[in-house]
Amino acid sequence: MSAHHEHDHGHGHGAHDGGHDHGSMKTYAIGFILSVILTAIPFWLVMGNVIKDSSTTAFVILGFAAVQIVVHMVYFLHMNSRSEGGWTMLALIFTIMLVAIVLIGSIWVMYHLDHNMMPGMAAPAPGSTVQQMHDMP
Amino acid sequence: MSDLVLDHAAHGAAKDDMKFYVRDHHPENGTLLGFWLYLMSDCLIFAVLFIAYAVLGRHYAGGPSGAELFDLPTVALNTAFLLFSSITYGFAMIASQRKKLGTTLLWLGVTGLFGLAFLSLELYEFAHLIHEGAGPARSAFLTSFFALVGTHGLHVTFGAIWLVTLMVQLNRHGLTEANTRRLMCLSMFWHFLDVIWIGVFTFVYLMGVLP
Repeated sequence: MSAHHEHDHGHGHGAHDGGHDHGSMKTYAIGFILSVILTAIPFWLVMGNVIKDSSTTAFVILGFAAVQIVVHMVYFLHMNSRSEGGWTMLALIFTIMLVAIVLIGSIWVMYHLDHNMMPGMAAPAPGSTVQQMHDMP
Repeated sequence: MSDLVLDHAAHGAAKDDMKFYVRDHHPENGTLLGFWLYLMSDCLIFAVLFIAYAVLGRHYAGGPSGAELFDLPTVALNTAFLLFSSITYGFAMIASQRKKLGTTLLWLGVTGLFGLAFLSLELYEFAHLIHEGAGPARSAFLTSFFALVGTHGLHVTFGAIWLVTLMVQLNRHGLTEANTRRLMCLSMFWHFLDVIWIGVFTFVYLMGVLP
């Protein structure tokens, strides 16, 4: 049943460009307008000092960046699950997984390393320094 | 792989209607998938540089911080240049699909000019930083900053060289199948660099000036 549905869809799409999505004036225009909005808001947030708490601002602008990356992927790079039989999407997901593991892992480990090697923390008393050394994983 | 799937599907649906599976007017091409895989590996290079910046970005070694160095209006202008170059490349792609060689070349030229504007402004920024004594050797923060933004700039430089080469080829041979394929590869490369720049302006510049 679902195969039949896929089949109909493939026909409708394949009729004009053979299953490849190269984009049209409309998709590029939508992508461009969305990108401008998604770029302008983070710059406004930071330059206008809109949100007082800087870590909140950081999270908000990272969110905007993530959305804009998806917009670029869809409207400019024409990512979809059908192109090249789904292999491009598979490669993308694999890359995102690798990046996420390495990124989160590095920041996590290096943050703790910084924390343990903080110059101020080793200074107070000889006893506590030893304690710090033992606490290090 | 895709042939296998199509073949299998065709056998399964043999009783239905074969014409839905006739796609030979636009054969599957391995080049685009291969180029996509290259871009993904490039993505890993940038990921590593982003990680280095994430770890070292606040290690100023008593030197200047991002808030003191970065000029956000310049960065906004640079972002605009790159974004405009993306949409003009899109116009070139649409023109090439409509088989209009002159319009394609025109939009590619505009894209190249935006790319050059981006590069000039970035080189000016780098020269300004080094002149102020904030070169890559000043602190870990600046080393990782120059490595990340410089690698992106190098990619844009090579993209611009490729663009000029492709314009010469298009001018000489027209919109042949090979040239259309090259145009699509450069399209992916160019838009990919814009995606990386989203990460750069958000993570390096905007978050760098936050207190």
